Amino acid sequence: MAEEFEPKIVAFLCKWCSSAGSDLAGVSRMKYPPNVVPITVMCSGSVSPLYIFSAFNQGADGVLISGCHPGDCHYIKGNYYARRKIALVRKLLSYMGLESKRFQMSWVSAAEGKKYTQVIEDFVEQLKTLGPQNKLRRN
Amino acid sequence: MKKTGVFVCHCGINIAGTVDVKKVAEELSKYPGVEHSEDYIYMCSDPGQNKIIDAVKEKQLDRVVISCCSPTLHETTFRNACKFAGINPFLCEISNIREQCSWVHSDTEKATEKAIKITKSTVERILRNEPLEPVSIPVTKRALVIGGGIAGIQSALDLANSDFEVILVERSPSIGGRMIQLSETFPTLDCSQCILTPKMVEVSKHKNIKLLTYSEVHEVSGYVGNFKVKILKKPTYVDPEKCTLCDECIKVCPIVVPNEFDLGLTGRRAIYIPFPQAIPASFTLDIQNCPGLVPIACGKCADVCEPNAINYDMQPEIIEAEVGTIITATGYDLYDKEQMAEYGYGKYPDVVDGLQFERLLSASGPTLGKILRPSDHEVPKEVVFIQCVGSRDPELHCAYCSKVCCMYTAKHAMLYKHNVPDGQAYVFYIDIRAGGKDYEEFVQRAIEEDNVLYLRGKVSKIFEENNKIKVWGVDTLSDKQIEIDADMVVLAMAIKPSKGIEELAKKLKVAVNQDGFLSEAHPKLRPLESVTSGMFFAGAAQAPKDIPEAVAQASGASAKAITILSQERLYHSPTVATINISLCSGCGMCVDVCPYDALSLEDFKAQVNEVLCEGCGTCVATCLRAAIETKNLTPLQIHEMIKASIGG
Repeated sequence: MAEEFEPKIVAFLCKWCSSAGSDLAGVSRMKYPPNVVPITVMCSGSVSPLYIFSAFNQGADGVLISGCHPGDCHYIKGNYYARRKIALVRKLLSYMGLESKRFQMSWVSAAEGKKYTQVIEDFVEQLKTLGPQNKLRRN
Repeated sequence: MKKTGVFVCHCGINIAGTVDVKKVAEELSKYPGVEHSEDYIYMCSDPGQNKIIDAVKEKQLDRVVISCCSPTLHETTFRNACKFAGINPFLCEISNIREQCSWVHSDTEKATEKAIKITKSTVERILRNEPLEPVSIPVTKRALVIGGGIAGIQSALDLANSDFEVILVERSPSIGGRMIQLSETFPTLDCSQCILTPKMVEVSKHKNIKLLTYSEVHEVSGYVGNFKVKILKKPTYVDPEKCTLCDECIKVCPIVVPNEFDLGLTGRRAIYIPFPQAIPASFTLDIQNCPGLVPIACGKCADVCEPNAINYDMQPEIIEAEVGTIITATGYDLYDKEQMAEYGYGKYPDVVDGLQFERLLSASGPTLGKILRPSDHEVPKEVVFIQCVGSRDPELHCAYCSKVCCMYTAKHAMLYKHNVPDGQAYVFYIDIRAGGKDYEEFVQRAIEEDNVLYLRGKVSKIFEENNKIKVWGVDTLSDKQIEIDADMVVLAMAIKPSKGIEELAKKLKVAVNQDGFLSEAHPKLRPLESVTSGMFFAGAAQAPKDIPEAVAQASGASAKAITILSQERLYHSPTVATINISLCSGCGMCVDVCPYDALSLEDFKAQVNEVLCEGCGTCVATCLRAAIETKNLTPLQIHEMIKASIGG
């Protein structure tokens, strides 16, 4: 029997909200699938579109960007910039033929451990139905 | 050749219970750039730290990765250990395999694989980290306290008594806040004014406190240790130096408006003093209600003012100041009257809120402490107190508990009974929350000694009938419907942050929560401060609080402020943005997005002010020519981290 497809996810988490929120999920011993490898950045606004392409390029099946809720950004408005950039990247990705569901943004505050696990669970499920990402994978 | 040391922590079984730590250490030992790799039961213990120091010396390691818990916990510990071993602290990074891995997964194989990826990705980062030195900045040894209620007063006094200069800004004409309006305070029944006025006087006489009443924070810029503030001082049109408080102006002023201090239970003139003990002791001409500043329109007050204290030409003033830290203590307001139409609030004069009832109880209040109902000045014989009005009602009003209402309602009912011994007090409640020293005993005293009748349930309807206020409710303990012909109803209205807090929070760059209260940096471990450094909170601006809590928090916030003010210099993270001048086209997009004004254009090239830069990286993601990077988290580092995260 073929082994079940396990999507590879790169998650860019802002240091102040989502990274802290995902830490809280850990502290509260909540469980979620191990498919996601976190990269903590200072702010969701610092996630350059290049990082997203780089991740897909190197074989990620899904990319998640998670930041503070609108209005709560530690750096005042970084998440608004992130939201705008992401809207553009999403358009570009679908223009290139990549399923837009492979790329997700979420707002997870430092108090929302539960929400983070939900985001990951849903994303993994979604990616499992989509299967491996080969469109932008190098080689 | 770079030599990285990787240290994998078991954290007892916290990590080792799920992750095969030996395998992680072994896999990492084969990874390019890693010279040394080992695992140990508790890396944060003294022997654990010594392992790092020994390995660094023995194998001449030049950078270190610790695979352990979240960097929020032990990053400082390990960076200090590295410093001790002779490595620049910025060449030590944490790879979080506990909160992000062992604690959230149960499959050992998969968790181990993930822990390896996380650690490899951190190695990729550390291989490209540079040694950095913290940016040093000077400290202005002066504090700004916003809000002149009990919390602000206490903060200002604590700072001033520690020999730091304080600017205390208060929006209204006098300091004193809500506490000066209260009658007696629970659970001791101290007279509120009697215990507060000595502190108010101390503020006014203190050599280190500059008091700015009738003033508002207009603009805030700068950063911890070096804030620049602009304060708008509104004109009072009365010179406090000359005013002798003779009251002659009040006698001739033709205008009467509701008196805020008595919450509309009485009137005041357009020229007024909020209350006799006001600090500063001076009159204020309320320009909103004065018929005009031209003597032709009225000018009666100026005509009778013997000392010539009234000056219609007084202008608003902007006062600029530099401060090192800011304490916000802006207090609370009651929930909007309009929201509570269902209880007849605002419709029936004998339905009052808790603060109005305080004024009726107060010896200095409109009835000189006699309880008389506002409509006809009769002594009310049946008084219904309703708790949780607007609180604990997530569907319609505020989800949170306003915390002080259980206690002040017990106090109100008790004081009412002391005043009207043959009257009856009823309290409708959901739960009684009397957590606090001597609080439960106080509520019991109201029930047992003063025969206050507590009814567990909500009120469904309030309406007027035959000069009585009909209260329909339910007592859920006896399962009976209750109907009371009350003479007066007192609503324990929800507490909300004072008006204007959101605009102020924006100026201060501090966050507020969904209810508008100021958000603390950590709910348990950093309850007195904002995540924005140098910003501290005191009192009900952060959450509903009683007086002892507000005072304790105010003293705590002052102590935290002193940890900054007592420093000669502050150090801030050097992981700031840096520009590659040869790539910069001078388009200025980075300048536009920077939330801290840390970027500017000089000769058509962007440049970074390292002191202002917080290292958020928004400019990095904005620059189309990739001319900006954040130190020690560059795009190249991220690309390599992504590669390691995916596993090649």
